[in-house]
Amino acid sequence: MLILLKRKSLFLLALLLTGVVSAKEKQEITENLSAKEIQKKEIKDYIMHHLQDSYDFSFFSYTNESGEHVYIGAPLPIILWDKGLKVFSSSKFHHGETVAEVDGNYYAISHNKIYKTDAEGTIIYDEDHHATNEAPLDFSITKGVVSIMFTFLLMFFLFKNLADSYAKNGGIASGVGRFFEPIVLYVRDDIAIPNIGEKKYKKYMSFLLTVFFFVWFLNILGLTPLGINVTGNIAVTFCLALITFLLTNLTGTKDYWLHIFDPLGSSMKWYAKVPLYIILIPIEVLGIFVKPFSLLIRLYANMQAGHIVLMSLIGLMFIFKSWLGSPLSFGLAFAISFIEVLVALLQAYIFTMLSALYFGFASEEHEHHDEIEAH
Amino acid sequence: MEKLLEEFSLGLFVWQTILFVALLLLLKKFAWKPILDAVNERETSIRESLSAAEKAREDMEAVQADNKRILKQARSERDALLAEAKTESTKIVNQAKEDAKAEADKITAQAQVTIQNEKNAAINELKGQVASLSIDIAAKVLQTELKDQAAQEKFVSELVKEIEVK
Repeated sequence: MLILLKRKSLFLLALLLTGVVSAKEKQEITENLSAKEIQKKEIKDYIMHHLQDSYDFSFFSYTNESGEHVYIGAPLPIILWDKGLKVFSSSKFHHGETVAEVDGNYYAISHNKIYKTDAEGTIIYDEDHHATNEAPLDFSITKGVVSIMFTFLLMFFLFKNLADSYAKNGGIASGVGRFFEPIVLYVRDDIAIPNIGEKKYKKYMSFLLTVFFFVWFLNILGLTPLGINVTGNIAVTFCLALITFLLTNLTGTKDYWLHIFDPLGSSMKWYAKVPLYIILIPIEVLGIFVKPFSLLIRLYANMQAGHIVLMSLIGLMFIFKSWLGSPLSFGLAFAISFIEVLVALLQAYIFTMLSALYFGFASEEHEHHDEIEAH
Repeated sequence: MEKLLEEFSLGLFVWQTILFVALLLLLKKFAWKPILDAVNERETSIRESLSAAEKAREDMEAVQADNKRILKQARSERDALLAEAKTESTKIVNQAKEDAKAEADKITAQAQVTIQNEKNAAINELKGQVASLSIDIAAKVLQTELKDQAAQEKFVSELVKEIEVK
């Protein structure tokens, strides 16, 4: 009875968390731990695993009668560069449980990274528990990449459709575009124009709109039971922030750079400015990098935290396993889901808003210099 | 921080960069530019339509004011015309009355003259007839007087009777 209940709960857990934990890692810790502790560890591993990218797209997994893990989902292509291009299906790894052999080379997955190993899949760890094996360049189509591709197609068709509907419908949006048109206008009228200014906002519009919808859609996608966590991945937010950084500094006007390297301007004599600038200029230069860095950490941390909270609450259900505790954690998870829907939009808004603000700094042109002269 | 660096996946970063930049460029060409252009165009046309409507309203008001002015003028002109016509007609009626009276007086006078003339002519004719009858009677009396007295008297009385019969 107890075993049956546990199996059932494991199945449900797997269904909700859609994570994959390698059997090997689990074996290491199963000894000398109580059942409750094992379960806690399992839930923690599920959450941690879910937050990371994955080499296959599994919807859920369960343990069958004979104690085997059964995964429902699809394997994804692995693309490696290891003295030549190696392309193979991730099914060769059997969800990280076995070693994949390709053209006489052996690869194994450890801590969600692919390493080159020997035929037994031995991974040597140093004292900090880092794998010392050679890691090939990994350009695999992971779950995250698939999600990005899906968002790519979704956005392209959605907004292409909206653009076409104007031509067909005499300048009025039709269909689902009626929902998105006000949002496009909101980005233009309440994010781009107030922060960048009427004159220069146009050249940043494409980026602002794309990044807004991209982040929003991926955030929402992360709330579906597909268990996708793309915007909570540091590589993705880094890329977005990097583009903001490049756009800001490549389109920076003379005034923008003057503001960084001569922040006090003509309000002081040059010899008074020198000691101040020893401190000020490094701070301003640091600011160039801190601004986009805050963008990437904010989005990453918010999405990551949201997923951890939500999944921990769901996980609590399986720890409590009582008529009082489980409904409570369900209710909490339900409420947090609503907040997460708002956070998904809010984070997209904040990312876009702050990017627009930085573009506004980059494109500022002071007119008050002339005013002072005129007075 | 170390955890972040450890989690950073170069492959995902490369894919994300390629896909995002491609999406950005594709959407720029096929979506954002047409959408923003269409919206701008629509906004311009709305603004123009509104100002055109405002202008039309002003024009309309001007036309209405014009109409009112013209109407007022026409009314006063009509009033003036009516008043003039009234005096004119009164004048004509009075004139006609006077003329008619004069004419009537003239006709009456003429008729009186004619009547007088006719009367005179009739009196004159009667006078002539009376004279010739008198002469005839006298002549017959004279003829019979010469025969005898009795016959004379008889004759005269006969004549007298005759006259009375006539």
